[in-house]
Amino acid sequence: MDNIQSINFFIPELILVATIAFCLIIDFFLSKKNSFNVAYVALIGIILSGISLWFSSPLITTSLFLNSIVLDPFSRIFKFIFLISSFITILISLDTSELKNRSLGEYFTLITAMILGLILMTSSVDLIMIYLSIELVSIISFILAGYLRFKMISNEAAIKYVIYGAFSSGLMLYGFSLLYGLTGTTKLFEMNKVLFSHDFSHINLSLIVSFLLIIAGLGYKIAIAPFHFWTPDVYEGSPTPITAFFSVAPKAAGFALMVRFLNSLFGDVNPLNSENWVSIEGVPWQAILLLLSALTMIIGNLIAIQQENVKRLLAYSSIAHAGYILMGIPLLSKDGVFAVVFYIIVYLFMQLGAFYISIIIADKYKTEKIEDYAGIGWQSPFLGILMSLFMFSLTGLPPTAGFIGKFYLFAAVINAGTQYYWIAIVGVLNSVISLYYYMRIVKVMYFNEKNIQNSFVPSQFSILLLLILGIPTIYFGVQWTYIHEWVDSALKFFIPNF
Amino acid sequence: MDLNSYLIISAILFSLGLFGVITRRNGVAVLMSIELILNAANINFIAFSRYSGMDFSGHIFSLFVIILAAAEAAVALAIILNIFNNFGSINIDDANKMSQ
Repeated sequence: MDNIQSINFFIPELILVATIAFCLIIDFFLSKKNSFNVAYVALIGIILSGISLWFSSPLITTSLFLNSIVLDPFSRIFKFIFLISSFITILISLDTSELKNRSLGEYFTLITAMILGLILMTSSVDLIMIYLSIELVSIISFILAGYLRFKMISNEAAIKYVIYGAFSSGLMLYGFSLLYGLTGTTKLFEMNKVLFSHDFSHINLSLIVSFLLIIAGLGYKIAIAPFHFWTPDVYEGSPTPITAFFSVAPKAAGFALMVRFLNSLFGDVNPLNSENWVSIEGVPWQAILLLLSALTMIIGNLIAIQQENVKRLLAYSSIAHAGYILMGIPLLSKDGVFAVVFYIIVYLFMQLGAFYISIIIADKYKTEKIEDYAGIGWQSPFLGILMSLFMFSLTGLPPTAGFIGKFYLFAAVINAGTQYYWIAIVGVLNSVISLYYYMRIVKVMYFNEKNIQNSFVPSQFSILLLLILGIPTIYFGVQWTYIHEWVDSALKFFIPNF
Repeated sequence: MDLNSYLIISAILFSLGLFGVITRRNGVAVLMSIELILNAANINFIAFSRYSGMDFSGHIFSLFVIILAAAEAAVALAIILNIFNNFGSINIDDANKMSQ
């Protein structure tokens, strides 16, 4: 479809662009003290964009802007994930005391711009667009990580993020250049066609090298081992609402990009919409991804055990969760991708919820240490119960949404065949390890000697927001048919007909 | 000059960049090494585009890369400046306040 026609299908994104511009203009007229009002403009823009997305036709699959991005149900569901998670992040940012008395106009503008980048990441099918969208998200992430510029750990987070981020995107770009040289095109589907029509036994090595370089770039984005070293420091140093956002939205976009990229590059003809997909021979990408997945789960969980800081613990737990989600990608089955999307949706609510409670507690008691949580369960029953709920869900215990998500993931792995059983066993063992450190927080809150004496009731705003995050976590664990059907209907991809 | 000479030059540049990122501890030097990696990829793009008689997407890609590298460098230098103001040094190993 050409550029002019495409605009009709690009309205949610255009609303976001208008919101970004509008936020900047409004920011000019506000004093530093009132600059948080930009958040309301951003919220309205996100809601409008969500409404226009809701009323867009759900089943349309087409390519836009001269085949550089696509519109399909798969990208649509991810757009909703980004809009919801950024909406919640902006609400959390309005509540936290970490950002009080700072100039916040750019902060909310940048979050809105990041949504645009995330949306483009999930819809790109052209190497140029993929690189541009990843860089749009990365550059904004660097600024947001260092937003508290008088705080030393925020600076440190930013410098670590920028160096790892620029380095891994450089590696990925080199991989792209090799891929371009091998296939002679930057469009994913044409590359797939070229790879299939040629006997590529002699270009095998360069294909593997370029795959490894690209995985380094994507793996950095979703924080899988061994590209995870930036994660704990960046998550600890960034403003906590941004940490919560980083641990959900860019990760979801990275996974969506990975599913689309790997399957449209290495998949057999029409790989995404048939029941069982076939991969090209000669590139061991499935084995590499499975190994990385196992490594990520093990490293994330084993290091999480030793953490004393809640933010660092959640950072390592998010690494472990990236490992679980990564299991679903190399299975080459519809079930696998279904489980990935399903898990990302339930993960959004529980991860943001856990971070939000840690923000409320940090604001009230000025601590991020796990030991200092002693007694919160009794002094503030609401926070105690919800934190326990999120911890149960992150572990994957019934009757929470995390259990259903893990169930679908492991079921997809088992159904994919006997050669994948080992990764399922690694995953289950890791869930058992994760039980230890998640339950430690619950134990400290309820059974350790009381550190906190005065009772504390969160503000009504916090209670409402926590309910928005907590109710889906328990509801999707009991009654998940609606979300099942929604995700199931979203597994349609754009495939060009040559 | 044939395609291979360009590819060899770009591979050398890439390796130098990789070496620089690993060994240099000065923030600006690390940034320069990253630019070397990006430019290695640029040489690849243009060489492939020129020698295989394909479309111009390689040229266009390298233009985008140059623009993004400039944007990234601007943000990174701002962050390094901030590090210098707070830590009094641009050695990235000095910026290590958080526990390991």
